[in-house]
Amino acid sequence: MSTPFYVSPQQAMADRAEYARKGIARGRSLVVLQYADGIVFVGENPSRALHKFSEIYDRIGFAAAGKYNEYENLRIGGVRYADLRGYTYDRDDVTARGLANVYAQTLGTIFSSAAEKPYEVELVVAEVGETPEGDQIYRLPHDGSIVDEHGSVAVGGNAEQISSFLDQRHRDGMSLAEALKLAVQALSRDTNGSEREIPAERLEVAVLDRTRPQKRKFKRIVGRQLARLLAADGAGTEAETSEEGGSEEE
Amino acid sequence: MDFLAEHQPELLPGNRQLPPTQGVIEAPHGTTIVAVTFPGGVVLAGDRRATMGNVIAQRDIEKVFPADEYSAVGIAGTAGLAVEMVKLFQLELEHFEKVEGAQLSLEGKANRLSTMIRSNLGMAMQGLAVVPLFAGYDVDRERGRIFSYDVTGGRSEEHNYAATGSGSIFARGAMKKLFRDDLTEEQAATLVVQALYDAADDDSATGGPDVARRIYPIITVITEDGFRRLTEDEASELSRAVLQKRLEEPDGPKAALL
Repeated sequence: MSTPFYVSPQQAMADRAEYARKGIARGRSLVVLQYADGIVFVGENPSRALHKFSEIYDRIGFAAAGKYNEYENLRIGGVRYADLRGYTYDRDDVTARGLANVYAQTLGTIFSSAAEKPYEVELVVAEVGETPEGDQIYRLPHDGSIVDEHGSVAVGGNAEQISSFLDQRHRDGMSLAEALKLAVQALSRDTNGSEREIPAERLEVAVLDRTRPQKRKFKRIVGRQLARLLAADGAGTEAETSEEGGSEEE
Repeated sequence: MDFLAEHQPELLPGNRQLPPTQGVIEAPHGTTIVAVTFPGGVVLAGDRRATMGNVIAQRDIEKVFPADEYSAVGIAGTAGLAVEMVKLFQLELEHFEKVEGAQLSLEGKANRLSTMIRSNLGMAMQGLAVVPLFAGYDVDRERGRIFSYDVTGGRSEEHNYAATGSGSIFARGAMKKLFRDDLTEEQAATLVVQALYDAADDDSATGGPDVARRIYPIITVITEDGFRRLTEDEASELSRAVLQKRLEEPDGPKAALL
């Protein structure tokens, strides 16, 4: 007959947080930035089948760092929540705030339930508004808290360093090309401060573009379009932001 | 839909208990929908009338909806149920696309719609039938395709042109005489307006273009570039051109005899 050792609740929670943080830190980081016409998601992702970013609803996008199966689970839950809401009421009644609350509840419950291991994920839920002031970005760490972010946010392995890098350089009203360039710069900085090259085919990029005529604002940027945006120097400004009309100069 | 059936079954049309009724329930019915393919895509259009018995219930009802980027559905039959069915259908396609990260094949979409119509069979037997016409651009085969349905959910692919609803007999007759293989997008759009005009000419439940109120048929085009609904101006221009010709020849263009 074994008697379980006493572990103080503080210690138990600290251990669980430590466990989750380590799991998240193993993954590659990703960044979410506001730009003039919306919100851009940029991350390093060698796989083209397993996405880190995805569409939840018309104006809402989802980004996650950490364990794939866990955040995929949460993503599908989010899509279901949003679609059910939109079908029962109206498409306008699905908001990022509501979704972030549901995620926070789920993550919080799992984190504090002793029967389950905590999820090793960190999520970002973003909603693009009619104007830049209407944009909302929420970061959801593993323990179920919600952080309301502005401008730029980074999650994953090297998040702290990347977000301080971004905070210093990000400004409102950047063009898509500028924001993308800044994001790639931020992601290519290693923990020890050295820089490495991330080739375009290892980048996963998606935008929530408020200028899109369709209801669904989420769009992946791949292939030629991505290459064009990356090639455009920060100086080449607004001409590059519109995806349909951006090609005429080249 | 499977998820919905498990969690909130009352939201699904097929799961509602119907009170026993005598005779036919009076509810607005939508009428004629036509579709025609052309090289590079398909045109789907519908008139604007909803009838309830011999009363015109609505003059400007919209009966053609985008199902997703590459397909559209036009509905004839009980308007309320049909609109709900379309809403659920749109939701399912979008949900699948988001969860799986890929679109359903056109065939898959058509099959799904078939199941939904079948689940409405109980109501159809009480006179509340929904009979849609489904048209889309098949990205794999690179051409426009049309699927028609019956009340039991039976699905069949139609070639070149198809029609559903009360005016469909007349519309189909018109399209049979006007269709050719090498239509352009604009010619195909004109063809459907002609067909709807002929349907309205002979069927009291189908509405013709209403110049006084500026109510024109809804015309949608689906090509490689996706779904597009013709603007009010484009639809009015097409309708007026057809109308102008009909002032000279009320029965429309004459086909060669032999």
